[in-house]
Amino acid sequence: MIRPDAELLLDITDLHASVEDKPILKGVNLQVRAGEVHAVMGRNGSGKSTLSKVLAGHPAYRVTGGSVRYRGQDLFELEPEERARLGVFLGFQYPVEIPGVSNLEFLRVATNARREKQGEEELDTFAFEDHVHDKLKVVQMDPAFLERSVNEGFSGGEKKRNEILQMALLEPVVSILDETDSGLDIDALRIVAGGVNQLATADNATLLITHYQRLLDEITPDYVHVMAAGRILRTGGRELALELEQTGYDWVDKELAAQGVA
Amino acid sequence: MASSVLTPVQERGRAALDRLGLPTRRQEAWRLTNLKRLAAVAALPASGQPAAPSLPEASEGVVRLVLDGSRASFENQAWPQGISPLNPAELEQALGHTLDRCGCAETWPVEFNHASSHQLLALRIRGKVAPLELVLAGGDGLVSTRVLLVLEEKAELDLVEVVLADGASAHSHVLEVHLGQEATLRHGFLATADGQASLLTHLAVEQEPRSHYALTSVVTGWSLGRVEPRVVQVDGQAQTTLKGLAVTSADQQLATHTAVRFDGPEGELDQLQKCLASGQSHTIFNGAIEVPRIAQRTNAAQLSRNLLLSSQARVDTKPELEIVADDVRCAHGATVSQLQEDELFYLQSRGIAASEAAALLLRGACQDVIEQLPAAAQAWQPLNRVMESLEA
Repeated sequence: MIRPDAELLLDITDLHASVEDKPILKGVNLQVRAGEVHAVMGRNGSGKSTLSKVLAGHPAYRVTGGSVRYRGQDLFELEPEERARLGVFLGFQYPVEIPGVSNLEFLRVATNARREKQGEEELDTFAFEDHVHDKLKVVQMDPAFLERSVNEGFSGGEKKRNEILQMALLEPVVSILDETDSGLDIDALRIVAGGVNQLATADNATLLITHYQRLLDEITPDYVHVMAAGRILRTGGRELALELEQTGYDWVDKELAAQGVA
Repeated sequence: MASSVLTPVQERGRAALDRLGLPTRRQEAWRLTNLKRLAAVAALPASGQPAAPSLPEASEGVVRLVLDGSRASFENQAWPQGISPLNPAELEQALGHTLDRCGCAETWPVEFNHASSHQLLALRIRGKVAPLELVLAGGDGLVSTRVLLVLEEKAELDLVEVVLADGASAHSHVLEVHLGQEATLRHGFLATADGQASLLTHLAVEQEPRSHYALTSVVTGWSLGRVEPRVVQVDGQAQTTLKGLAVTSADQQLATHTAVRFDGPEGELDQLQKCLASGQSHTIFNGAIEVPRIAQRTNAAQLSRNLLLSSQARVDTKPELEIVADDVRCAHGATVSQLQEDELFYLQSRGIAASEAAALLLRGACQDVIEQLPAAAQAWQPLNRVMESLEA
């Protein structure tokens, strides 16, 4: 939902970033307001995933220029955990398995860290169990997964459901979902997308990073951005994703060549 | 009941120590050992002052005995059904038998225990009995304890041994277990100290067919530690499970030497050893598995997983498989790693502070083993003990 007067949540200006001294992001500009759903598309290596990791604060990525303001605050002054507590959420493309750490305990610690920041009271073990069981419905997840170690032995679909469960618990302001659709069959995709739709409100925003149109059949974006060579090459509405589906990315090469980038 | 039986053992032990002398680096089993600390242990006087440790309330139904290395016997102990002391004739026959069978005779730590122990607990177990908790309490010098258990056919026991020590003291412990056919022993060995005390322990176990021995050892906080589980499946066809957690910090050194031998076919072994080393500490793991020709269709798996928590810590790990039989499955593997950046970042990205994330990952790594301890061990809050020791 586009409302020009809605709060500017994320303001990315001329963002440059490197990994192992190799420049990946080369001047990204993007503004995200409350209530909006953005899709960032592009080929492998275009910088989509790097953008998501830089926003979340992954230590392997170095910001070399530009700025990101989150609700007016300099995002890069904040540690990754502080960003999360303030409402920035990254849904991982490959959620990490952590043997020996119970999923339930992990979810509780994470939820309480966010609640504390919001001035809400901490949930003890019993109160949290009730709370989490409510949220399981968002992604139709089997409670048995709470008793296991974090993501350990979960199938691809179960891992992604666990990501959206975390999103439901943390009630983020800006959710960046990095290829949440990868590795999902159509049923799992619908459940996960349904969860994301249920969690979208007029006060939060979602940034979907994806290769494929099929996720956008389930979650309707307000804006579609095409990334190439570390920048956003073109921005449009839903129709841009449909156009990409039909014509592929060949035009990207031509446009980059015309700009003297490729 | 013990001193008269132990007198000749002590004499033989002293003679053996004279003969053997202190181990040297030229001996493979001692190559990596801090021998200066071993010499200090050897020179310690016997403890004169048994410590009176403060003990947590025992779990319900658990039989608790405190062994402090003194001459105190257990003559007046009331035993629950199925547990009874061995009589002198039985003792004569059984004491040392399993040690010999497991190849522990003439090894320095065992002879050291022989030479110094005055206290012996020797029990026969019949049927399914109440859990047994042995508190091996420290003192102000050397404390030596010796335990012998004979589990009859189909007997079933949960045994928790807890070793406690502090200050510049040392504990020498030898356990012998004979498991009859179809007997089951779930053995928790929890040894924690404050970084100054030393521990030398042999756990010798003889298994008859269709018996199950499950050892979970959790050892942390010893200046010099050496834990040696030795298992022999006398006719194969038995099941052995060894789960170990060894945690060191500061300048501690902790060695785990396990040996499992299959003297018959169709034996099974499931082994996991985890070592966590921080500070300038050093963990050593040596996992010997012997599969002679007679041990066809043995199925053994050994995994050694190590976490290096600082740049100055050191981990040595060595599988030692000797396989002669040709129709066997023996898998082994070893990994050494640090806390994973991706795991840390994943937790941080959910609002969990870096230090808390690291602690959560460490707890997870330890919990994997700790949750295998028999239920009776929970009264000792093993996870908290390990985490405190890591932070110290």
